[in-house]
Amino acid sequence: MDSPILEPSLYTVKAVLILDNDGDRLYAKYYDDTYPTVKEQKAFEKNIFNKTHRTDSEIALLEGLTVVYKSNIDLFFYVIGSSHENELMLMAVLNCLFDSLSQMLRYLNSLGGTHNNNSQTTFSFYRKNVERRALLENMEGLFLAVDEIVDGGVILESDPQQVVHRVALRGDDVPLTEQTVTQVLQSAKEQIKWSLLR
Amino acid sequence: QEARIFNETPINPRRCLHILTKIIYLLNQGEHFGTTEATEAFFAMTRLFQSNDQTLRRMCYLTIKEMANISEDVIIVTSSLTKDMTGKEDVYRGPAIRALCRITDTTMLQAIERYMKQAIVDKVPSVSSSALVSSLHMVKGSYDVVKRWVNEAQEAASSDNIMVQYHALGLLYHLRKNDRLAVTKMLNKFTKSGLKSPFAYCMLIRIASKLLDETEGGHDSPLFDFIESCLRNKNEMVVYEAASAIVHMPNCTARELAPAVSVLQLFCSSPKAALRYAAVRTLNKVAMKHPSAVTACNLDLENLITDSNRSIATLAITTLLKTGSESSVDRLMKQISSFVSEISDEFKVVVVQAISALCQKYPRKHSVMMNFLSNMLRDDGGFDYKRAIVDCIISIIEENPESKETGLAHLCEFIEDCEHTVLATKILHLLGKEGPRTPQPSKYIRFIFNRVVLESEAVRAAAVSALAKFGAQNDDLLPSVLVLMQRCMMDSDDEVRDRATFYMNVLQQKQKALNAAYIFNGLSVSVPGLEKSLHQYTLEPSEKPFDMKSVPLATAPITEQKTEMAPVATSKLPEKLAPSRQDIYQEQLAAIPEFQGLGPLFKSSDQVQLTEAETEYVVRCVKHTFVRHMVFQFDCTNTLNDQLLQKVMVQMEPSESYEVIQYVPATSLPYSQPGSCYTLVRLPDDDPTAVSCTFSCTMKYLVRDCDPNTGEPDDDGYDDEYVLEDLEVTVADHIQKVLKPNFGAAWEEVGDEFEKEETFALSSVRTLDEAVGNIVSFLGMQPCERSDKVPENKNSHVLFLAGESPVRRLNSPVPLVAKRASVTLSVRKKEKRTGGVQSRLERAQSSKTTLMLRSMAPPAVDALD
Repeated sequence: MDSPILEPSLYTVKAVLILDNDGDRLYAKYYDDTYPTVKEQKAFEKNIFNKTHRTDSEIALLEGLTVVYKSNIDLFFYVIGSSHENELMLMAVLNCLFDSLSQMLRYLNSLGGTHNNNSQTTFSFYRKNVERRALLENMEGLFLAVDEIVDGGVILESDPQQVVHRVALRGDDVPLTEQTVTQVLQSAKEQIKWSLLR
Repeated sequence: QEARIFNETPINPRRCLHILTKIIYLLNQGEHFGTTEATEAFFAMTRLFQSNDQTLRRMCYLTIKEMANISEDVIIVTSSLTKDMTGKEDVYRGPAIRALCRITDTTMLQAIERYMKQAIVDKVPSVSSSALVSSLHMVKGSYDVVKRWVNEAQEAASSDNIMVQYHALGLLYHLRKNDRLAVTKMLNKFTKSGLKSPFAYCMLIRIASKLLDETEGGHDSPLFDFIESCLRNKNEMVVYEAASAIVHMPNCTARELAPAVSVLQLFCSSPKAALRYAAVRTLNKVAMKHPSAVTACNLDLENLITDSNRSIATLAITTLLKTGSESSVDRLMKQISSFVSEISDEFKVVVVQAISALCQKYPRKHSVMMNFLSNMLRDDGGFDYKRAIVDCIISIIEENPESKETGLAHLCEFIEDCEHTVLATKILHLLGKEGPRTPQPSKYIRFIFNRVVLESEAVRAAAVSALAKFGAQNDDLLPSVLVLMQRCMMDSDDEVRDRATFYMNVLQQKQKALNAAYIFNGLSVSVPGLEKSLHQYTLEPSEKPFDMKSVPLATAPITEQKTEMAPVATSKLPEKLAPSRQDIYQEQLAAIPEFQGLGPLFKSSDQVQLTEAETEYVVRCVKHTFVRHMVFQFDCTNTLNDQLLQKVMVQMEPSESYEVIQYVPATSLPYSQPGSCYTLVRLPDDDPTAVSCTFSCTMKYLVRDCDPNTGEPDDDGYDDEYVLEDLEVTVADHIQKVLKPNFGAAWEEVGDEFEKEETFALSSVRTLDEAVGNIVSFLGMQPCERSDKVPENKNSHVLFLAGESPVRRLNSPVPLVAKRASVTLSVRKKEKRTGGVQSRLERAQSSKTTLMLRSMAPPAVDALD
């Protein structure tokens, strides 16, 4: 048999990628040295995108790696593991990533609805879906979520509820008063800045 | 740059956050930060720890981790992190631990060890998980420190939280993986107590199967039972892991596979694509080893052929092709062709490979396959894809004589519009080889000449060569070929023109021998050898032109090429088949002064083991044959680490009239470093029967004990010897394999006058296959035109063998007249040097007969000569 018995290891995920619908990198994290340089990584991403963006199937074998993926509106989510890896584990990671992101964004949406009515920056919060724009506005949430799901290639958490809880984007347990104060301050600053710029 | 904002007071969390996000985003895009730049930003960032904004703090951790590699002095934040790690806020603690572990090294680790231990057993799952995973990362760097945390990890493993359990198990295994007993204990404990986490189960299954593999335990062990019981787990992930573990186990019986396969079968109809994919992929692997086990799933697999995910469909089809019976092949082929245009090139190659495997299995189906392949050939596709198809068709043609015509026709059609030069030339070469022997060679000429008109230089040249082959083999086509050649002589490319002129002249001579020499069996010399001899020639400027036939051996001492006179006064270099290895030996031997007068190396045999594999000294021998001498090269390896061997040589006692001339000892042989010693033997000139010989070998050496650790040898040593197995020299050592692409022509070229016929009985041989194999390996000659493959259900077979010995060229077809009865051996020889060599010629030939007698007793010899 060509594939030897796996060395049992917690290191499951080789990379997590999020690309936009032009195939450009929105987020990419590689956990081992399969593609050491940025150039190789980009080449790999290009390849992966070309292979996957037209089909709506969710799994493929590419360059000897198993790639599970999911597309939503204008984003492509990829989780990449070795070809010997349990495909379902990778799938669990992908689902967790996607679900926690959509939950977070939805949460922010409701948050945005309650106390943001004067700031131009927060209008995107009204959008419910996980899409490029919303994700770019909440980059830090994305970073934190991925950090909570996979740490150095080890699956850290696979329950989206837990992830959202741990990421705990603002407003979770910070008192609402303090929150609004900073918010107001913020928006005021923002206003000043905008007026200065004009 | 923007990091300056961090220094503003009061800290503005929102804007800082934005900047941190920007930094990470830039890092993510592959932007490169300079070290000083990064360090500056880093220092500025440390101030952010004063802020209490949660998200900001978390982003700080993240940035620390990201920048740990590029900036200096990351250590300074240690204290802040330690404070967070032990603080009250749970949300901070996990990430803080992970960030901290990322930046600490072994020495720093001692300081935080106490906190880590506490964290591992912490009640909050995220803290505990973080600590465990970080420990796992640090095992690589500081194994010793982390090892002390085993007890804590053990405690964590009994935690209620599923992820903590999983991480604890992983860490425990990593810490103990070198200790098989401990792993077994751990496994036993967990398999009994049962875990909650599916991930942990997967991990357990992997550990268990690894252990099973290592211990080579039977499949009745409790571990196997455990894996099998996991097949009934509620979670699909676990079930799949267990199934694939069983499938991957070596030497698994069909009965043991059955439950796993049935589980996979269920998965095949799952709505989740990933699950289907996983199942089919695993089934595909099963099919490679146990096709029968998968037959039960055939129905499910057939449903998957129409799957929207093309990867799944392709895997399903290839699996089916492996398991399917002959009757289902037609149907499958139809189905594949319906979707083959939609899948990517890579998968198409997989399909083609599966088909070519199938062709070997069911040769009778070749017509279906051929049609299918030719259809695929017409489709668009990349070079790799086309090449796979062409290779596949060629192999079918070679396997099945009946399919030759259709196959060639398809290929002809393909080259009509083929943009890949390599493929076109390859096909043209094949056409030239096979075409003339088909019933209607004339129809191929049109295709070939079209190439001459339309294609690039390389293809045109190949086409001209192919044309020449037609002209040479079919007398009735000769005039038309000559006309075509004439036109080619007006070509714009030099190479094409040269070839055309050359072939034109050769063909006009209308001599069989000429045709044979130039058109069918072209020069197939060792390219490096030829290069070397030409180089040598340019280094020694001489008056006479570089004429291969007239270069005497003396002027080219290092060349491998013997130049010799062919009967029709043309030059021809001896063919060498294994140039690279032989050239290496040639260089090695030439470097030893004792062997410089021996002339060119004729042949080097494969390595022969003279000792058992696991003994104190391992000795292997390579036999080098020269014109009048043989050199035995002994590659010795000393496997004792407390000994140093010196002056190693192998004493040889020949049984026949061989004469040992010289020993070249290996001066010293330290532990595990291979060394070579040589023995030079002269071949007997006068005794004609002594081609084969048995040598009894003894290795003699001076032993010096030495310290196993330092390798310092003692001053005094003692002589010792070690008896090796006997070494045999056989006929095969004197014969070099030569591949004659067109055997008939080569046979005619030698001529009738050298024919000699003898009959031998092969009593010990049961089948034709066996007889052919024996003869080939015994004579050490090259079977030509695939005549070593015996068709089924025949009781006679003609074997074409070609070979070459130091002083003569020998082509001997061996017609086997009856199944395991008698062998008629007819030997034709070609004499290349006149006069004095005659006796050697006789010797070689008669000794061959005696040898045949010896090995194929009882002798019912009927010497017809």
